[in-house]
Amino acid sequence: MTDRAPVSIAAEADSNRLAYSGGALSPTEQAVISRRWGWLLYAEYRLTTMRAYLQTIVIRAIGLPLLYLASMGLGLGALVDSGAGGVDGVSYLVFVAPALLVSSVVMEATGEFTYPVMSGFKWQKHFFAASASPLSPKQVALGELVAVGLKFTAEAFVFWLALLTFGAVTSPHSWLVVLIAPLAALAFGVPLMAFAAKQQDEGAQFAFIQRFVVMPMFLFAGTFFPLGAMPVYLQWIGWISPMWHGTQLARIVCFGMPNPWWLTLLHVAVLVAAVAVGTWVAARVFTDRLTR
Amino acid sequence: MSVIQARALVKSYGELHAVDGIDFDVAPGESFGLLGPNGAGKSTTMRMIGGTSLRTSGTLTVLGMDPETRGPEVRANLGVIPQQDNLDSELRCRENLITYGRYFGLPRPYLQKRADDLLAFAQLTEKANEKVDNLSGGMKRRLTIARGLINEPKILLLDEPTTGLDPQARHILWDRLFRLKEEGVTLVVTTHFMDEAEQLCDRLVVMDHGRIVAEGSPAQLIREYSTREVLEVRFGSERNAAVVEQLADVADRVEVLPDRILLYSADGEAALERVTSRGLAPVTSLVRRSSLEDVFLRLTGRSLID
Repeated sequence: MTDRAPVSIAAEADSNRLAYSGGALSPTEQAVISRRWGWLLYAEYRLTTMRAYLQTIVIRAIGLPLLYLASMGLGLGALVDSGAGGVDGVSYLVFVAPALLVSSVVMEATGEFTYPVMSGFKWQKHFFAASASPLSPKQVALGELVAVGLKFTAEAFVFWLALLTFGAVTSPHSWLVVLIAPLAALAFGVPLMAFAAKQQDEGAQFAFIQRFVVMPMFLFAGTFFPLGAMPVYLQWIGWISPMWHGTQLARIVCFGMPNPWWLTLLHVAVLVAAVAVGTWVAARVFTDRLTR
Repeated sequence: MSVIQARALVKSYGELHAVDGIDFDVAPGESFGLLGPNGAGKSTTMRMIGGTSLRTSGTLTVLGMDPETRGPEVRANLGVIPQQDNLDSELRCRENLITYGRYFGLPRPYLQKRADDLLAFAQLTEKANEKVDNLSGGMKRRLTIARGLINEPKILLLDEPTTGLDPQARHILWDRLFRLKEEGVTLVVTTHFMDEAEQLCDRLVVMDHGRIVAEGSPAQLIREYSTREVLEVRFGSERNAAVVEQLADVADRVEVLPDRILLYSADGEAALERVTSRGLAPVTSLVRRSSLEDVFLRLTGRSLID
């Protein structure tokens, strides 16, 4: 030990060789693994951090469907069914339930892909921490959306169980909503992540999105009534909303809503394209910011 | 064979040349310092070594590899301690180490043992299950260093390791770094503290405005650019400038700072006698050894910390 070290410290930890224990993989092996699986390794980290607020996630995942289905499905449903005899040939609960599932998961995307992204670059800087490891910025962006996508899937699954409990589905294919909802949520969330990654400073931009993008989408994109019930000049809000495309798909699989095959295909294509383009842009923005 | 080699390395942001054509070599097991004021280009150089900043021109190799094209391979050999701690405050200390180790593809059983060893090394064993937010500044810094060691790196990059720490925390940290050096880890340290550079570095380059202005061991640099001793005298901020003309031939070199005059001489006491023999009575006087601060002042005409 050097003469500069306080005595109490010098006594400790002399037995183990810290620098090279010999137990680690070689750097070459480390690089091979992270080149291939880096996106998954980052997703693993992101899921670990979610454990810190697991309780909130679980309570929300269970509580939200119960509140929605009880109020909208049963409360409002009784009114609609007695007045109009249901919507599109099914009870209001069956009509609205798949849409509530999809829209509640899509709305989660706002929380997951705005402030946490800014934090990764600005406050906690965990994106910079990751980019000092063998991971590439592209893998970090991809891992982020994979982890959040898995969380969405879990939430959709819990919501679907609630749908079953409430007797709100009539088709054996209804389990597909567990995949449709996260797809729709990522179709909205991944482009949002690219946008959030571009922001240098916290301003009103995220609150603006919440108020003027997410809320109108929730109210006007065919969640509570068929899009066709609105004047044509308002229907575009639905057409450009991932929420509407996801909702329509959910209705098809949950109660067999009639839909031309090409339109069904178009719904899927729009959602997949939004995720793909969003991922590509996000990967570029992450790379720009993490390799200045 | 050097572990890091830079030739005519340049990094520009538009018109600004953050790093303006530098050459240096780092030998295996060496403790190499980049000394300079804020904005000298030290951190940018560090980021280029890790491949997280792309160079504008020149060549750079780390263990014979280009960090830009072989980033994962280079970074698997590096431990990076950034200027600002970027630990995850939502995770506990031990989890911070383990989750970070997973980025390197290291298996969990290895990481669990490694994390315990590193917590002991960082003297944080008792804080293993504590949230990061509850740690002091010095503890966070040590945890960041522990995290940087998780993959058993050959080279440790430390960007201002002790900035913002109190003297005791700095000494604990220096001691930990000495241990690593003894085990053969190559250290690359940026700092704007001369005492830190003198404590930690076998060899260093002095950087200013993106250029290297001098290179050598701390002792060599002091020998070459300064005198053995320095006499510091104060006549009060009003009088310093007025008195300085009478002191021109008292020492080898004279520097006037806002609050004091520095007289460079092999024998400080003798210089002080010459000052008083001229009937000048400084308010305070101090004879000390030359330091890297004096080297920097000589090379750039400015103090390191402005």
